Amino acid sequence: MGTEAPHLDPISDEARHGQELFQTHNCIACHQFYGLGGYMGPDLTNVTSKYSPVYARTFIMNGTPRMPKFDLAPEEVDALVAYLEFVDTTGTYPPENYEVTWYGTVKQEDDPQ
Amino acid sequence: MMAKEENLIGLKFMRLGMLALAVGMFFGVIGGFQFLFPEFLQELLFTKTRPLHVSLVVSWIFLIAIGGIYFYLPRQQNLKLWSLKAANIHFWVFVATGLAILLSYLTGKFGGREYFEFPAALSIPIFITWLIFGVNYFRTVTKSKGSWPVYYWMWATGIIFFFITFCEAYLWMIPYFRESMIREIIVQWKSYGALTGSWNMLVYGTAIYVASRIAGTEETAKSKLAYSLYFLGLFNLMFGWAHHTYLVPSQTWIRTFAYIVSMTELLILGKILWDWRGSLQTFQKHKYCNAYRFMFAADIWVFVNLILALIISVPALNLITHGTHITVAHAMGSTIGINTMILLSSVFYVIREELPQHVHAGCTKQVQLGYWTANISLAVFFGALVLAGLGKGLYTGGSFQDMMLQIRPFLVVFAVSGITLMLGIWIVLWHAYRLTGEILSPSATEPLPEAA
Repeated sequence: MGTEAPHLDPISDEARHGQELFQTHNCIACHQFYGLGGYMGPDLTNVTSKYSPVYARTFIMNGTPRMPKFDLAPEEVDALVAYLEFVDTTGTYPPENYEVTWYGTVKQEDDPQ
Repeated sequence: MMAKEENLIGLKFMRLGMLALAVGMFFGVIGGFQFLFPEFLQELLFTKTRPLHVSLVVSWIFLIAIGGIYFYLPRQQNLKLWSLKAANIHFWVFVATGLAILLSYLTGKFGGREYFEFPAALSIPIFITWLIFGVNYFRTVTKSKGSWPVYYWMWATGIIFFFITFCEAYLWMIPYFRESMIREIIVQWKSYGALTGSWNMLVYGTAIYVASRIAGTEETAKSKLAYSLYFLGLFNLMFGWAHHTYLVPSQTWIRTFAYIVSMTELLILGKILWDWRGSLQTFQKHKYCNAYRFMFAADIWVFVNLILALIISVPALNLITHGTHITVAHAMGSTIGINTMILLSSVFYVIREELPQHVHAGCTKQVQLGYWTANISLAVFFGALVLAGLGKGLYTGGSFQDMMLQIRPFLVVFAVSGITLMLGIWIVLWHAYRLTGEILSPSATEPLPEAA
């Protein structure tokens, strides 16, 4: 019905655990996926491909002046990074390749065909 | 004559709502300063202040709208509540659930879904209270004779769609929805868009009710225009949500359809502008100074917000505004400028009807001071958010920190105007809380006349 992701890879158990951690620490209060969430921190949709999984891991483990250090166990950090890598495969935000029609709507490269 | 107890329950909801707004704005101000100084108040992280703020101010909207319905039906519509006991249970379960949610936030126990950041188990009592409210409402209004005025339909629609959208918000717990992140995110934000539409039905129904009562005629609430606006609002509620998810990969027709639906709101805007001046002249003759004042402010904010809403509903422009503070400006303008002003109008209308001897006291300079402080602050607050959003949307560099530094001046204005906005609202709430307390005081327990 128009909401199918362009990829069909199921989420791994590790990434699923990462999603649970993302929720129990209420990360969405500060971060966004696809521009949806809080604005204290950056959008994380493509953080692992735009930078790298190591980059994301460094922030999660050490925190920043804007983000507290959550003192997570190593396997929890692995799970969160796995979740961010999974999210990264679902699409691109902000869209890089798109077409604006004459009447103002937008067609994106990632849209299901 | 009608027993006074029948009226009390609506006022209890309203007074609880005032407390929720007062405290919720305080957490909002703290959150605003945490944007500027992230290390400020580390004991109360932004992950806690944000849901505390959001849940409390959303509770304000629901509590005043629900309180108004519980008050207006028995007190002014001569429709005795189907069950006063059920309404009392509704109130106390709401209080207990609200306290549990606040406690869960303060102790860091999160469900972690945007706007529903409390543990999912706490959604069960919320669902139960709405079931109680829904049954009580429908069993009460179906005793009404003749055709329903439009506000009965709006309240009924708001209640039904709350159930639907609240359930939708938890579809992520079913594996089918979880297995695709895109499906999950679109269903989630579809439900939030429609949930907002459902509470707007409750609030706009309240607005039409208060306006028609002040005008002293049901014409407004039974006109063809009122019903056409209702159906347009219903249509928007069901299909106009997709501007939240324009940038999530999805079929283009979803965007285009939502875009067309959003544009139909131009009809409402045009009609409101057409009738506005005429309604001002008749409104001003009436005695409900504060109720009129806040409804007038809501009118102004309707114009401002509709213009912004229409802009961000154009997918091509949404590319710039999405994920920026412009979205926050839209949310704040709607919930404070429109919803809160309408709900304060409802509160002061009740006060004027119940305490006619306080008519002059109710229109004191302090309320005017709070009114003007709140509205001027909101205008500055709104403008700062739009500018911050433009700064973010048009930023082409790759550094989040650099972007935040560039928009910092706007965030300073946003945070400072947030304080004056809170102080203005607090002044108004203090008067409203004190006066509604007088209505509930033991000296005022004798039976009152049935209709105002």
